[in-house]
Amino acid sequence: MAGEVLAAAQEFGTSLGTGVKAYSIDLPYTADAYTAAVEELIRKVNPALVVFGHTYQTRDYAPKLAARFGRALIGDVIAARPPVFVRQVFQGKFNAEVRLVGDGPHFVSIQAGAWRAGSAPVETFSPTSSTSRQVAEAPFREAARAVDLTAADIIVSVGRGIKEKENIPIVEALAHALGAELAASRPICDAGWLPMDRQVGSSGQTVSPKVYVAVGISGAIQHLVGMKGAKTVVAINKDPDAPIFEVAHYGIVGDLFEVVPALVEEIKKAKA
Amino acid sequence: MKIAVAIKQVPVRDSPLRVNAAGTWIEEGNLSFEINEPDAYALEEALQLREMHGGEVIVLSAGPARVSQAIREALAKGADRGIHVESSTVDTLGVGHLLATALRTEAPDLILTGLQSDDLGYGQTGVVLAELLGLPHSTIIMQVEIQPGKVRVKRELEDGWFQHIEMPLPAVLTIQSGLNKLRYATLMGIKKAKTKEIKVLSAADVPPASAVIEKLYAPEKNKQGQIFDGDANTAAAKLVEKLRFEARVI
Repeated sequence: MAGEVLAAAQEFGTSLGTGVKAYSIDLPYTADAYTAAVEELIRKVNPALVVFGHTYQTRDYAPKLAARFGRALIGDVIAARPPVFVRQVFQGKFNAEVRLVGDGPHFVSIQAGAWRAGSAPVETFSPTSSTSRQVAEAPFREAARAVDLTAADIIVSVGRGIKEKENIPIVEALAHALGAELAASRPICDAGWLPMDRQVGSSGQTVSPKVYVAVGISGAIQHLVGMKGAKTVVAINKDPDAPIFEVAHYGIVGDLFEVVPALVEEIKKAKA
Repeated sequence: MKIAVAIKQVPVRDSPLRVNAAGTWIEEGNLSFEINEPDAYALEEALQLREMHGGEVIVLSAGPARVSQAIREALAKGADRGIHVESSTVDTLGVGHLLATALRTEAPDLILTGLQSDDLGYGQTGVVLAELLGLPHSTIIMQVEIQPGKVRVKRELEDGWFQHIEMPLPAVLTIQSGLNKLRYATLMGIKKAKTKEIKVLSAADVPPASAVIEKLYAPEKNKQGQIFDGDANTAAAKLVEKLRFEARVI
């Protein structure tokens, strides 16, 4: 998401009346190594604001870096009027406007997809020395996924609203009626109610089916990034304020235990 | 092995939340609170490591008086003792300083916390703690393996990738939800917890916050979708019509 970070930084620079310089760090990643390298860079160029993309890597080291400068990282920012930055809190139920206080450097990371990618020259920074207490091995993937959700035309996905493992057959019936693959949000797989390879979201699969039916899924950002590419999103949730309705093309606000069986009946009628 | 688990107390999941009169935080008056779920997984991991390697599990939390309830819950699940740093600060760096101050005298071999909180969702407390205590750390951990003098962890990366990392102990790890199966407190555990020690510390001085929440508000509704009203059958029929004639998947 380098392009998005460049675009956001340019926007922040314009409103703060300052220039923007972009750097990439020439170093294999570990938290210690990157913290020390970016610290060295910051002490050299003395910026008012340091902007990151809110990636797993940023989450791993930028809070440490910010703390070293006596600052907190304003993470996962979705909009900004510097020095005020907007981020989601309470799992997307509210937005918080956060104002930076005191002198720079301040630290901000932006949410993927919140800015349209731009471009700018990027300088490579090589730190003078590098040490790390963490020793990192090569990244790996688990054994091939048994389920390829990315190939599915229709996905029925289930979240915490299903309440108990014993209720999973209710959404299974809907998936069956639609000829859909069954998927889930993270908590369902964490609980072992469905296998991990049926998980959609930032730590699971990224899907873009013709139709994505989200059942009892509130729509935390970690889930939305995995499915917002769907052509048609259908949401069924009892909470009218659930963030999932923000991305839904069709929605039913109601009790999934009534709505889903009714849907199955209607689909059967339509197919008959 | 001495393991410290930093937990946060957050509103019970799916609580109806309202913004307070000042518009800067939620109205906490009528809410019930619970242990932040990712922190519950961190606690479970600590209990399992103690079962495997021996030692003790200390649970600590910074927050107002109500936080002692969350600590008591953790003790009921099996933590050995608790530390409550009484404070009203919600600033990440401030909380980090409070926890670090409490932990310095304890000098644990391993410090665990959840990868993020369900309220602020910053996901920074563990990483900040590592910096303030001068310890190595790793985040979003799926597996913890204690080896002599060091720890080997499986760290979650994006898009189904993982990575093993080794670092010397003592260290700080932020734990991913779902890496273990949470236990419930037993009746015996709840009874025992009443006699376990909770040390209450008054908050040390913390540096001023470098960022403050000025305003909290429900996001502007950007619903472009169609919401189908009526009873379940009526709404279902309308939706199926759309799936049939618009999305054309039936």
